[in-house]
Amino acid sequence: MSTGLLLLALFAFSALTYVLARRKVLAAAGGGRLNSLPGYYGSYVALWTGVPALLLLIVLTLAGDQLPGRAYLPGLALVLAVAGALWAYPKVQPSFRARTRVDGWVRAVLMACSGVAILTTLGIVLSLLYESLRFFDAVSPWSFLFGTHWSPQIALRADQAGASGAFGAVPLFAGTFLIMLIAMSVAGPVGLFSAIYLSEYAGRTTRAWVKPAMEILAGVPSVVYGFFAALTVGPALRGTFNAVGAQLVGGPLNGLGLYLSQVQNQMALVAGLVMGIMLIPFVSSLSDDIINSVPQSLRDGSYAMGATKSETVRKVVLPAALPGVAGAFLLGVSAAIGETMIVTMAAGLQPNLTANPLDTVTTVTVQIVTLLTGDQEFDSPKTLAAFGLGLTLFVVTLILNIIALAVVQRYREQYD
Amino acid sequence: MTEALPPLAGLRAASPAASAVQVAAERRLKRRYAAEQRFKWYGRLAIILALSFLAVLLTRIVGQGYTAFWTHSVTTQVRIDPARVDRSYIEGTNFDQMIAEAVLVRLGGRDDPEGLASGQIRRLLSPDLGLNLLVRVREDPSLIGRTVTVGGAVSDEADFYFKGGITREQPEGDRPLSNQQLDTLDRLQAEGLVRSGFNTTLFTRTDSTQPEIAGLLGAVIGSALTILVAALLAVPVGVLAALYLEEFSPRNRLTQFIEVNINNLAAVPSIVYGLLGVAVILNTFGLPRASPLAGGMVLSLMAMPTVIIATRSALKAVPPSIREAAFGVGASRTQTVFHHVLPLAMPGVMTGAILALAKALGETAPLLLIGMVAFTPSIPSGPTDAATVLPVQIFLWNNASERGFEERTAAAILVLLLFMICMNALAITLRRRFERRW
Repeated sequence: MSTGLLLLALFAFSALTYVLARRKVLAAAGGGRLNSLPGYYGSYVALWTGVPALLLLIVLTLAGDQLPGRAYLPGLALVLAVAGALWAYPKVQPSFRARTRVDGWVRAVLMACSGVAILTTLGIVLSLLYESLRFFDAVSPWSFLFGTHWSPQIALRADQAGASGAFGAVPLFAGTFLIMLIAMSVAGPVGLFSAIYLSEYAGRTTRAWVKPAMEILAGVPSVVYGFFAALTVGPALRGTFNAVGAQLVGGPLNGLGLYLSQVQNQMALVAGLVMGIMLIPFVSSLSDDIINSVPQSLRDGSYAMGATKSETVRKVVLPAALPGVAGAFLLGVSAAIGETMIVTMAAGLQPNLTANPLDTVTTVTVQIVTLLTGDQEFDSPKTLAAFGLGLTLFVVTLILNIIALAVVQRYREQYD
Repeated sequence: MTEALPPLAGLRAASPAASAVQVAAERRLKRRYAAEQRFKWYGRLAIILALSFLAVLLTRIVGQGYTAFWTHSVTTQVRIDPARVDRSYIEGTNFDQMIAEAVLVRLGGRDDPEGLASGQIRRLLSPDLGLNLLVRVREDPSLIGRTVTVGGAVSDEADFYFKGGITREQPEGDRPLSNQQLDTLDRLQAEGLVRSGFNTTLFTRTDSTQPEIAGLLGAVIGSALTILVAALLAVPVGVLAALYLEEFSPRNRLTQFIEVNINNLAAVPSIVYGLLGVAVILNTFGLPRASPLAGGMVLSLMAMPTVIIATRSALKAVPPSIREAAFGVGASRTQTVFHHVLPLAMPGVMTGAILALAKALGETAPLLLIGMVAFTPSIPSGPTDAATVLPVQIFLWNNASERGFEERTAAAILVLLLFMICMNALAITLRRRFERRW
């Protein structure tokens, strides 16, 4: 029997018990008083009939193939449904507090739904940990975290050169950090200054036009930014640098000229710059909220002392908002580290350990995508390395988020 | 504030020392006002910079993509030579060559023994023409020996030439088409065999390795299915969770933990959800790879925190008097919430849910990991079929090396943005029409 048909049968049976229970209690009351509305008696029995069987079905379907006796599944579910009905049906009497019981059910369902959030976190942590531990069986965590050589290609035959692959992730961390730094040096000042202007200077009409435009910038999917970086910003910047380099060649800066005339589209600067553009609205809307929640009395006090608006912003508002703004920046940093599509499309694959923004670097997220979209062999260290990187990424962003959210939270409470 | 500075009244004494103070004060004031102006301009510049980035981004993509919405097709008559068709193995016939030769003859040319001339023409036509003819002949073998009219797209390079992307001024070695091929294309156009029209292929076909016959239909349907699955999972569960946290839960450590959890989940990088999808949804639950079901489940986990946060703020906006009135007439908490609070909060809930789903629609990274990068030339017929989605299609086309995919990538972005704008517009309309201010 297919799952769909089974669900339908279960639903029909529950509906039937609803009708039966409702009819029974109405007949038993005989026009007298009922404790609850008749529908509640029906719902009570229907819930006992439907929900346990449904849960069983969900659990067994998800746990799926590993379990023995999958063939008995429909029968087991029906038995459970009948048992539930038989258990609940005799309780239906006019004096039975059906509404309270149904409310209890509803509360349990709601609680289970909010438990999904915990389950998700748990799922992320456990799956990353489990796969990472398998990876660290093959590669020591020390050489993963502190090794400076990254080349995860596993040779096809054992006797080929580089048969084991090298999993030193430091170049990836460095690349991620470099691109994040470039992105934040664009998004930080631009975002902060737009927030200051919008909250302190701009009139109603300016706000009414600029804020939605910023929201558009925030709503553009990152794959679009990636396309923009790879096909517009990359070639444009390379063209500029190559032209400048060609001018310098032969002059006193010959070496620099030679270097500039051979930079590539995939330089770190391109991905960083475009990621910075993407993060501007992120930083600006968070900072805007925070600057707005600085109490007006602080500003009024400063104006009363004769300070100009910019002096008030720089010496009163910003220091008061500093923790919050720092939190906003940290969230920006966390978003920059976790951003995937821009770097996958616009940054390179070569793991270079460099601080030069004109070199190509690769990042943690790029490597995760590369490792997991190639051949799918779930036991090779190559695939498992993606989970090691994912775990590192998760832990770092989690720490940043917790700090940032706590800082922002405390800051908000300070002025409430 | 740049007007003439008012003289400082208190300092208007006659003594030279006082006037020196006055001069210094006025100078300082001038400096402070200048700093004020500068500061204001930094803010303006920042906004101008951000908005011009947006303008450049959008104009670039429209500029790259609008050409993909029309395309050129060619029509010609071909006599299906019975000597070249094996009736028992029609698939073995080289229909492309037959069509190319027909075009050559139509233009008054003659093929050389090596077939170089017809080979050059073959590269100007989409292999789709031959495939069409094959299908027609297979269905109706009586066509063999007759003359039929076939039509189809020109190759992406020829299309690019007709749109002005390739010009004769470029050195012959730098462009994909030779002078001779350009002559042929000009002749074709002069003879009226080439027609330009709206690129329906883009919307009626699925992915292909040939840009001229690649379309978005598969990706659009894949996206629709994926978002549908995500909506069916994330919206009910998210709303119910928010109801619990806002209306039912006692304030204790557990609920506080859940709250911190939800806020953090909203900031977890999307690729981590992709890893979760690979490890749990694909490997443990064993759902089919690249299926909208698996993709929708991953996206629903990502969208859920946003739905919960939006629902909670919508519930908070419902004034307590509503609840008290319901309690006052004897409603239970469940009745109060489901009969009164939730219906009043519904516009806010739906707005938040639609915005969360619009964001999920543009999500790429986690779907790459669960296998949607695979080339999918078929339309998914259900949520368990292999599929791809619009953003992943954009990623794939961006990686493709054929020149014709560039404009199609930008066009696919425009289609994606259109869908997102529609969803956002719907959310804004809902908010405007139904939101109540208390």
